[in-house]
Amino acid sequence: MSQTAQSQNLPAAVKERSPFISALVDFWKAFRKNKPAIIGAVIVFFFILLAVFANIIAPQGINNQNINIRLEPPSAQHWLGTDSFGRDIFSRIVFGARLSLRVGFFAVIGSIIFGTFLGVIAGYFGKVIDTVISRFFDILLAFPSILLSIAIVSILGPSLNNALVAIAIVNIPVFGRLVRSRVLTVKEEEYIMAARSIGMGNTRIIFNHILPNSFAPIIVQGTLNIATAILDAAGLGFLGMGAQPPQPEWGTMLSDSRQYITDAPWTVLFPGLAIILVVIGFNLMGDGLRDALDPRMKN
Amino acid sequence: MNQSILEVKGLKTSFFTDDGEVPAVDGVDFSVGEGEILGIVGESGCGKSVTSLSIMGLLPSPPGKIVGGSISFKGEDISHAKESRMRKLRGNDIAMIFQEPMTSLNPVFTIGDQLMEAIRLHNRLPKKELAARAAELLKMVGLPRAKELLKEYPHELSGGMRQRVMIAMAMSCNPKVLIADEPTTALDVTIQAQILDLMLKLNRETHTAIILITHDLGVVAQVCKRVVVMYAGKVVEEGDVKDIFNHPKHPYTEGLIRSIPDLHSKKDKLYTIKGSVPRPGSIEKGCLFAPRCEYVMDKCRTDSPELVGDSHKSRCFLHQVQE
Repeated sequence: MSQTAQSQNLPAAVKERSPFISALVDFWKAFRKNKPAIIGAVIVFFFILLAVFANIIAPQGINNQNINIRLEPPSAQHWLGTDSFGRDIFSRIVFGARLSLRVGFFAVIGSIIFGTFLGVIAGYFGKVIDTVISRFFDILLAFPSILLSIAIVSILGPSLNNALVAIAIVNIPVFGRLVRSRVLTVKEEEYIMAARSIGMGNTRIIFNHILPNSFAPIIVQGTLNIATAILDAAGLGFLGMGAQPPQPEWGTMLSDSRQYITDAPWTVLFPGLAIILVVIGFNLMGDGLRDALDPRMKN
Repeated sequence: MNQSILEVKGLKTSFFTDDGEVPAVDGVDFSVGEGEILGIVGESGCGKSVTSLSIMGLLPSPPGKIVGGSISFKGEDISHAKESRMRKLRGNDIAMIFQEPMTSLNPVFTIGDQLMEAIRLHNRLPKKELAARAAELLKMVGLPRAKELLKEYPHELSGGMRQRVMIAMAMSCNPKVLIADEPTTALDVTIQAQILDLMLKLNRETHTAIILITHDLGVVAQVCKRVVVMYAGKVVEEGDVKDIFNHPKHPYTEGLIRSIPDLHSKKDKLYTIKGSVPRPGSIEKGCLFAPRCEYVMDKCRTDSPELVGDSHKSRCFLHQVQE
């Protein structure tokens, strides 16, 4: 060991690095060069901080109503103004970040789990199973996604959690088709044949070879989909099918305040801005991830 | 010759396509003795690889299917064995290495992960022993700094090193038979020689029988004792390497040997066998080589010759008339 370390003039730190860390370093080098992606990551990080430390950051509770200060414009005391119940909009947006990010993350994780499961089965085993699963995806995709989520929510009953479930179901085919196509490619790789030639079974091949080689596109698509999931949740909230008042969900806040748009535009403007910002953040970050994780883009 | 360990008899493998059945391997017989190195030679598309995949039970199915004949490993017919049985055999008793070392390793795992996985498939060992055995295997295939290599990723290795890793993986459970499907085709000539030396060394040390599939007669001459020449899904000649090189009986073998470029002769053009391997199933009667043969006779176009001879067999009327 010591001899080889001497013969190669590499700093000790480089030699000791585990492969996982060095892969992360490579990834970070590629990601760092991408300015928009960094901006996106900063925005996302900012909202995550808001969500995590909402209790500390928010100057007031989400349901502190005060009829004397309703619809006040932004001021030193109420940074983003107050709504029709005299509640502090800034505090509500800060707590709303929790709801929106939660919906975004968990809806996407749900669709990744089920989508990957179905996609792997369809892609790996093919034949009739593939046809059945792929047609199921096609059926889901045939509906406009917001209509389908509305339909699911109306069956389950309107609430934020049911909106989450609906968004997760609607997005299953997105991941399912992505994973299926990836599996079809990876399945033909020679290392799969080599794995089989040393006696590896299907389960092991799927978990050890096919899934790890399909992760990068799933992560990228997942990040991008968090944005759409948040948007869908806000849309459902606006339509009254998602979070219910007085929950400070951004779409619900928009919906609650839409009648004051001319008199008190800040009641609508700031929740809307929050939605836009977080969606842009995830989109920029997702694009950056794709560039950094896609081996074809590496120089 | 030792007792034969793998015996292929009348193997027929077909692909069922939209255009009908295509017989890629059409009645192939050969056997491999314990610790023997057998060469299988032929042009691209003559059924060499399909034969090896048939033995491994790794034919892409559909469309590929073994339609006849038998493959017996230690007396057990494995041509239609269950997948669970084949999985036990693969790696443990029969292993295979492939042509493309660059793509035969999973790019997202380290060499160590993949080697240890291969060992663990058939021997459940504690992690420490696994790592030790993996390092030992790397040393066995002549790779230096084994311990560090275990932590490296496939893309950090050269083609020759990767092929050594593949060989280490294939040898991890001491298989009785190693099928090497064009193991040196994708490598530099100098590396080729090293890999062949390695295979010879492993053959001597572990007594593993090797089936070396190649289109390179030079490789066969260097490594094998016995050789099977295949053409269009059939064995056309079989025998001792020396006999075949000195007295090829089949015009196809003769052509193959004449196609090896000779440094000393100053010719403008290299010798080639005219035409190409016929599409499987396209020639319905007569000898399959007849359309390309220099010595073709009337009989060749109507009757198909049988594989005859004792130790040096050939499938050609030319010699059957003489004998």
